[in-house]
Amino acid sequence: MSSTQTLTFARAITEGLRASLESDDKVMLMGEDIGRLGGVFRVTDGLQKDFGEARVVDTPLAESGILGTAIGLALRGYRPVCEIQFDGFVFPAYDQITTQLAKMRYRSRGRVEVPVVIRIPYGGGIGAVEHHSESPEALFAHTAGLRVVSPATPQDAYDMMRAAIASPDPVLFFEPKGRYWSKADVALGGPVPDGVLDSARVARTGDDVTLVAYGPTVATALKAADALAAEGTSAEVVDLRAISPIDVTAVAESVCRTGRCVVVHEAPSFLGVGAEIAARVSDECFYALEAPVQRVAGFHAPYPVAKLEHEYLPSVDRVLDAVDRALAY
Amino acid sequence: MKIDATGGNDVAAADVTPLVQLVAPDGSRVVDDAGAGLRERVARLTTADLRAMYRDMVLTRRFDDEATALQRQGELALYAQSRGQEAAQVGSAHALAPQDYVFPSYREHGVLHVRGVDPVDRLRLYRGEDHGGWDPNEHNVHLYTLVIGSHALHATGYAMGIQRDGLVGTGDAGRDAAVVTYFGDGATSQGDVNEALVFAAVNNAPVVFFCQNNQWAISEPTTKQSRVPIYKRGEGFGVPSVRVDGNDVLACYAVAAEALERAHSGGGPTFVEAYTYRMGAHTTSDDPSRYRDRAEEEHWRRRDPVERLEALLRAEDGWDETWAADLQAEADAYGERLRDGVRALGAPPAETMFDHVYGTEHAQVAAEQKWFREYEAATAGEEVAR
Ligand SMILES: Cc1ncc(C[n+]2csc(CCOP(=O)(O)OP(=O)(O)O)c2C)c(N)n1
Ligand SMILES: [Mg+2]
Repeated sequence: MSSTQTLTFARAITEGLRASLESDDKVMLMGEDIGRLGGVFRVTDGLQKDFGEARVVDTPLAESGILGTAIGLALRGYRPVCEIQFDGFVFPAYDQITTQLAKMRYRSRGRVEVPVVIRIPYGGGIGAVEHHSESPEALFAHTAGLRVVSPATPQDAYDMMRAAIASPDPVLFFEPKGRYWSKADVALGGPVPDGVLDSARVARTGDDVTLVAYGPTVATALKAADALAAEGTSAEVVDLRAISPIDVTAVAESVCRTGRCVVVHEAPSFLGVGAEIAARVSDECFYALEAPVQRVAGFHAPYPVAKLEHEYLPSVDRVLDAVDRALAY
Repeated sequence: MKIDATGGNDVAAADVTPLVQLVAPDGSRVVDDAGAGLRERVARLTTADLRAMYRDMVLTRRFDDEATALQRQGELALYAQSRGQEAAQVGSAHALAPQDYVFPSYREHGVLHVRGVDPVDRLRLYRGEDHGGWDPNEHNVHLYTLVIGSHALHATGYAMGIQRDGLVGTGDAGRDAAVVTYFGDGATSQGDVNEALVFAAVNNAPVVFFCQNNQWAISEPTTKQSRVPIYKRGEGFGVPSVRVDGNDVLACYAVAAEALERAHSGGGPTFVEAYTYRMGAHTTSDDPSRYRDRAEEEHWRRRDPVERLEALLRAEDGWDETWAADLQAEADAYGERLRDGVRALGAPPAETMFDHVYGTEHAQVAAEQKWFREYEAATAGEEVAR
């Protein structure tokens, strides 16, 4: 049964979780405060009531414990979806994720698999205190064995969540928390579309410059594209969706056509996703490039206090500034 | 499959777990065999001492009320109340020597008050204008730590440093030093807290693990963290452990004083579980009505730690209406200073986000800071145009 509903980003994830809980009784959710409270962002609201305490588990306050036991459950045939309450709190579990989860298939030569999904609300702009606004995706993308994705729209949130849970690989599912309350029509039900975990999506077509973004910065890039259109510049916006692997083909197809590329992410630029994109674009589009790849990103400083976060985060103005640089080159 | 669905906390069961209590909820002194040594400690306290504790508790509660109101008015990004936990915090802090060091979590406003950390500075973090807010070495109080449990290890390492400095067991009360670290019931599940207990035990480190079991870790009752009373955790690591009535300021003071004496004299770590209650929401972003019932809140409202000390003072002729009225006036003035002080805090200059990332020049930071400065200068006033 399929239907279309207007949902917030958060609710679209809830529905993705619900659909997976309904279709596969091995799927279970684990995390801090996800049961009765429904999670601090209410993403799991109502799911414990509907699926019971064995499938929607309020865990002890221990992220390494959550991930470590999720690995054990996965080895036993379950499909745990773990919620990390905030980006900055994934690190107690970093050891389990990088030394165990990422390598289990490899070191067993494919004899076992650990289909664990790790949901991480990430990114800034919500006026939070320390450790609640970070973007650590590159740290995980740098680790072989982990898939890393980040949806930018409610529809993708719904589809990518179902795909992540169905994936035989561990998936880091980065949820742009600043977008949780944004709304859009979501087609519910129906099969999971192919390729949502490893293909980019053209969010807006254009000819003069390619803006590459993912998660929270797709909205920023689209706003910048609007502003550019008003000035007569046609910007294409590529929403990566997947950070590991990166859909280099889609990025190159666009940049080879426009000749200019601006990458936008909240994580620091130094050794970040934008650096990888720049390298790949220079490989694939060398002769088509009109300007060096520009990056608009966070700085090489710890995420600042809330009062300064809007100076730290990539803004529409900073994207426009980077586009100006690319056009003027 | 059957899962044992322990719902809320079992108030009745909690009440029968033995705990150190020196003052009953009605304000009367408890006389039992268990508390003999501890009673001796509090017998030394004068009416002036008790009034000082009461004052600290009243001002801590006022701090809470003012900060909560400031958050509602948009002056703070967030606030985590200590309401209900004033006795545990003020009592234990009164047992500290000046040279002792404190590693708090993020709710220890009463401890910071006693240590003399400026009230406005204490709200900088919650205002979102500073990640810390005070100089840790000025009052021997480390910054708040928001990553649950991390600081228990820092406290233990700091205590290991005190050992190496030869400042344990000197016999000189003015020199012997120790560390107290504060954390919650939920934190006891973290690996870091358990590892801290391991390190403290095998090193015999002068550190007191002061766990405020306020019975909730956001929406999860303590039954989601432990099948045994929390203090029993410490015993398993070979650390002397005690459960104290966290709403009894005298018991908290005495138990902390005993634990600190052990640490100072070279007797090693102690684990204290102060059994108390988080009377408010987890933070201003939280809505407890989603996960706990009114009856439980009411049960604990009747065990208010501030009221208990008031009852004791009244019962023992330590109460005086003029003194009480003066204290109220002091609290009002304190509240006003706090409000004005917080409202006067601006936002730091944007460029300061690049300060103190490293202690020496770092090319990456320097380049980005330069870019940022030039960008800010070039775009000043331009936003309007675009
Ligand atoms: C490592 C980590 N995980 C999750 C969180 C989110 N979080 C903040 S407070 C809290 C509950 C803490 O409960 P407890 O230790 O009992 O302390 P209390 O807040 O009750 O004082 C949680 C889960 C965090 N701050 N750090
Ligand atoms: Mg607690």
